[in-house]
Amino acid sequence: MDATAFEDKTVTPLSGPMHAARRHDSAHKHVAGSADYIDDMPEPAGTLHAALGMTDRAHAEILSMDFSDVEKAPGVVCVLTARDMPHSNDISPSHLDDEPVLADGLVQFHGQPAFVVIAETRDQARRAARLAKIDYRDLPHIIDPADAIEKGGTLVTKPLTLKRGEAETALDHAPRQLRGRMRIGGQEHFYLEGHIAFAIPGEDDDVTVWSSTQHPSEVQHMVSHVLDVPSHAVTVQVRRMGGGFGGKETQGNQFAVLAAVAAKKLNRPVKFRPDRDEDMCATGKRHDFLVDYQVGFDDEGHILAVKANYAARCGFSSDLSGPVTDRALFHADNAYFYPHVLLTSQPLKTNTVSNTAYRGFGGPQGMVGGERMIEEVAYALGLDPLQVRKRNFYGEPGSGRDLTPYHQEVEDNIIARLVDELERDADYQARRAAILDFNAKSRVIKKGIALTPVKFGISFTMTAFNQAGALVHVYQDGSIHLNHGGTEMGQGLYTKVAQVIADCFQVDLERVKITATTTGKVPNTSATAASSGSDLNGMAAFDAARQIKERLIAFAAERWQTTPDAIRFVANHVEIGEERVSFPDLVKQAYFARVHLSAAGFYKTPKIHWNRETGRGMPFYYFAYGASCSEVSIDTLTGEYLVERVDVLHDVGRSLNPAIDIGQVEGAFVQGMGWLTTEELWWDDKGRLRTHAPSTYKIPLASDRPKIFNVKLADWSENRQPTIGRSKAVGEPPFMLPISVLEALSMAVASVADYRECPRLDAPATPERVLMAVERLKRG
Amino acid sequence: MTSDTGTIRFILNDRSVALDDVGATTTLLDHLRLARRLTGTKEGCAEGDCGACTVLVGRLAGDELVYEGVNACIRFVGSLHATHVVTVEHLAAKDGALHPVQQAMVDYHGSQCGFCTPGFVMSLYGLWLSKDRPGRADIEKALQGNLCRCTGYEPIVRAAEAVAEARPDAVFDPILAMRARVKTELKAMKTGATIAVGEGRRLVVPGTVEALAEVLDSHPQATIVAGSTDVGLWVTKQMREIAPVVFINGLDALQTIEETPEGVTLGAGVSYSAAYPLLSRLYPAFGRLIDRIGGDQVRNMGTIGGNVANGSPIGDTPPALIALGATLTLRSKKGSRSLPLQNFFIQYGRQDRQPGEFVESLFIPALAPDAHFSVYKISKRRDEDISALCGAFHLRLDADGKVKTLSIAFGGMAGTPKRASQTEAAMIGRLWTEETVALGQAALAKDFQPLTDWRASAAYRNLAAANLLTRFYLETRGEGCELTRFEGAA
Repeated sequence: MDATAFEDKTVTPLSGPMHAARRHDSAHKHVAGSADYIDDMPEPAGTLHAALGMTDRAHAEILSMDFSDVEKAPGVVCVLTARDMPHSNDISPSHLDDEPVLADGLVQFHGQPAFVVIAETRDQARRAARLAKIDYRDLPHIIDPADAIEKGGTLVTKPLTLKRGEAETALDHAPRQLRGRMRIGGQEHFYLEGHIAFAIPGEDDDVTVWSSTQHPSEVQHMVSHVLDVPSHAVTVQVRRMGGGFGGKETQGNQFAVLAAVAAKKLNRPVKFRPDRDEDMCATGKRHDFLVDYQVGFDDEGHILAVKANYAARCGFSSDLSGPVTDRALFHADNAYFYPHVLLTSQPLKTNTVSNTAYRGFGGPQGMVGGERMIEEVAYALGLDPLQVRKRNFYGEPGSGRDLTPYHQEVEDNIIARLVDELERDADYQARRAAILDFNAKSRVIKKGIALTPVKFGISFTMTAFNQAGALVHVYQDGSIHLNHGGTEMGQGLYTKVAQVIADCFQVDLERVKITATTTGKVPNTSATAASSGSDLNGMAAFDAARQIKERLIAFAAERWQTTPDAIRFVANHVEIGEERVSFPDLVKQAYFARVHLSAAGFYKTPKIHWNRETGRGMPFYYFAYGASCSEVSIDTLTGEYLVERVDVLHDVGRSLNPAIDIGQVEGAFVQGMGWLTTEELWWDDKGRLRTHAPSTYKIPLASDRPKIFNVKLADWSENRQPTIGRSKAVGEPPFMLPISVLEALSMAVASVADYRECPRLDAPATPERVLMAVERLKRG
Repeated sequence: MTSDTGTIRFILNDRSVALDDVGATTTLLDHLRLARRLTGTKEGCAEGDCGACTVLVGRLAGDELVYEGVNACIRFVGSLHATHVVTVEHLAAKDGALHPVQQAMVDYHGSQCGFCTPGFVMSLYGLWLSKDRPGRADIEKALQGNLCRCTGYEPIVRAAEAVAEARPDAVFDPILAMRARVKTELKAMKTGATIAVGEGRRLVVPGTVEALAEVLDSHPQATIVAGSTDVGLWVTKQMREIAPVVFINGLDALQTIEETPEGVTLGAGVSYSAAYPLLSRLYPAFGRLIDRIGGDQVRNMGTIGGNVANGSPIGDTPPALIALGATLTLRSKKGSRSLPLQNFFIQYGRQDRQPGEFVESLFIPALAPDAHFSVYKISKRRDEDISALCGAFHLRLDADGKVKTLSIAFGGMAGTPKRASQTEAAMIGRLWTEETVALGQAALAKDFQPLTDWRASAAYRNLAAANLLTRFYLETRGEGCELTRFEGAA
């Protein structure tokens, strides 16, 4: 690639090159209410609306469905069931044929959609959907993962084993060992914009679907599969989502497919926007985990061996549970070297909605389990957990302590420096001493502090997904049209990639028009997921711009009779030897000289490989690091708590846009804190999810964010791999920073028994779990 | 009584609106998005919990024009007569220049996905109009009813702090610019006539309390809607047919707040926000409870009368009101009757309200100078959450330090908000000590056998309820131990 991508651009006359702190490209529209989401688009005449028909059994045979009242209801045009799917009723993203579009005779989770009502208005469709009469024959259901294990542990997909050394033997010989179980709750994405699809039929087999999806190509494939038409007949588009967080990686397929089927059947546009409660009941969430661990260690707290099983509530189908549970194992080590290790996954089938991708993709659950083991060792030895952490960090390459459980070397380790800096900046030692003192004197309120690290592997573990495309046009007036395969869900991807293009041509950012993602411009794209958006699409866009730039240079060299190295793109101009022409001027001249001013770019991540059968390889191109220090207060009478102060030092390599990256870190922290504290998914004995709306499912509010919140990027860090601008991925890694909140709560609980016992505080640490842990420890 | 008219009139941004065919339960959000194609206001949850649909509604309070943030998703169009609805589209100048509140959100990176942003902008705008130089506590309170999943809120709070520097009188503001016109038009709309829309009077806005009594006498099955913070969900979530609907939020005679040496009388239509200044002065613990009911949008719409009338087992305010000894006045065409509030709640889902009756007012006795009164709400999330349990404690000691009177009420511990009579009995007449508290705690199990649900387990509810007695005891001893996020605020 062009070396100018890595030049120092700290002083620049341009409005938005790489590394500049630019605002989000749509910010001015967000605040004015003029940023259009799919539900805001004008509806063509004749638009119909769809509503989900949901079942009310967790596991049952459907004996009959009577739609006579539905069909008679005002405005109803038709009712669709599994039988109305033209070619296939399956949208399994894992291709295991285990995910029906609509339940066909068998209900596998409470709320599973069995039919769809199409009506003239959304209100009519929703009202009519309640009038169906369904007869069931109940079957026994399994909701809880512990129950699933007890009842034989049926799996939805093949489990993974990671093994290095001889964990069993090393455990037996370790001076100390302990075992335990941790329960880690799932999480609802709670994107503010719920799922939506809007299908507009075209001629022949054509259909265009506007879908709130992170994965337009997969929506395209699913629609073409169910309709049995070639992919070229299906165009999927999305300009922006109102949040995704993984919840729109596969979960939009159902709505898009149903809207498309109805639109083609009726030859009318069909919009499908489920209600919030329906969205929360009918779409997957973060996996809950049960972690059974054994750890062997010595008297100084050095971990000698780890053996752990990660069992997950996957729901009724595989969806992405295979790679999610894999990634949990990939992060069970977090930043620690385990001399001997044996990790197994157990992707359990349950009669719950099929769990799916969610920011971190199993990694957070893997890491929380690993950090629990650190805590256990620390409390067993009476040590500060931070000391135990430092003693177990991965070493430098060649130290003999740099090999992960999947046999990848950690080559870019900066965790020790990050943690040392944060420990000093957050004044950890003095504050911890003050807290120990406070707790000794305070009767009801107790405090806790914890400093935890993050090491997160970057790349899709499915190697093929690590590719991307982009399309760049330069028009005769010098304006630039940018398109790429990544989707915008608020993370600022469009802004960052536009900065790459502006930087490459050395023009102002305003010259670059960002356009909606569409399968018609860039084909065969991967999901915007795994934090990979700017790594992959940034490079692909750079590749496209580079091609055009090279053609412009070749043209200029010929026209001005000079050599390419005499041509420089500077501040909206091009310098050709002594001459200086404006960028639009050069472009105009190039056009008349018949220079091709459009290019498709492509990128694939080098180096990576992974063999799931042997559990060996280099699944990750690099690691992103971070650390956080959290202080909390708890009320030992009620379990209520406050997060008093948080300090974060996070590694994004050389930031493409510090404003956006800090926003990602702050946002991920609060979202991760919600997962570990107040966000609780609760099913009743009938298998009904009862926390299916913001009235019952509690994500953090402004008043829950840390009272003092200091977030810093490690400005000295550069990606050692040649990524775009030497930056690092930022979407997921900071989600795991708030593990320090969970552990600080745990320390405050531990204070009631003089820190002699690990409180084994499970997640989410609701006020109830905190109080019950306090009681357990008080009773000894 | 003036005769019926059939038109709902209000001002939407800068245009006057007259609707004579509006549905009884058409929401303001649907009206904006579908009928007006004002799509800046978003639907995030359709239950008044996320704030993405926040708009301002201006109304006349006496001669004042008051603007309050509300949730358009659960606000019915029928309740908008004689108001000024302001949506996010109205904020920017005609040339597209952003309002200072909007510009601050841009400058401080307050939006990511942008879907919640119009709602945040409207909440911050409401704060900016009503509060000079708000502090962090004010800002967080103004944002209690707005969810953001992307930013972690920090940049939004920074934007709110920054914009506090630009004061309304110093910049062009669309509301201030049209204040005189709005006042005149709203006064003209408020004729005191009863409005009935649709066949069979499916939507009625009575012009007077007498007219309300008449309507309920002839339509005893009618649904009375005050703030619609609960009824709104019957419509948006349960798709219930609730017509005929009678909107009482515009009745000035139900908006009265009266303070006497004996106590406070609140009209049934007084919103939490309107009651707040007086209640928090006379019963500070009650004020801190109201701070944690819903968000500003819900407190601006919701009424204490409606809260009592709907009889939720959790109750929000009833535990506090019962412990204070509040009495309720019900009225119908036949006359009025009063009863102690605790007798109003008969069992889960059943209250002592006869057909044709409506809640007219609530009387709360003044606190004795030596009384200790505390309310503790326990919820999974601190703000904008429904209580797992809520305990209210009202104590007076005699000269010997013995318990003279004690009134304890809990919400979330039974099918209705309920007095802890056995617990009280175990403690009355005894010295106010930890031993006595322990006797009370032991008696709690006789009063309550709570359920396990998604908000809390029975075991937690029992334990926390007992511990709240300890917290109350410590507080009366000057050893307050409740966690507070800001000094002087709960």
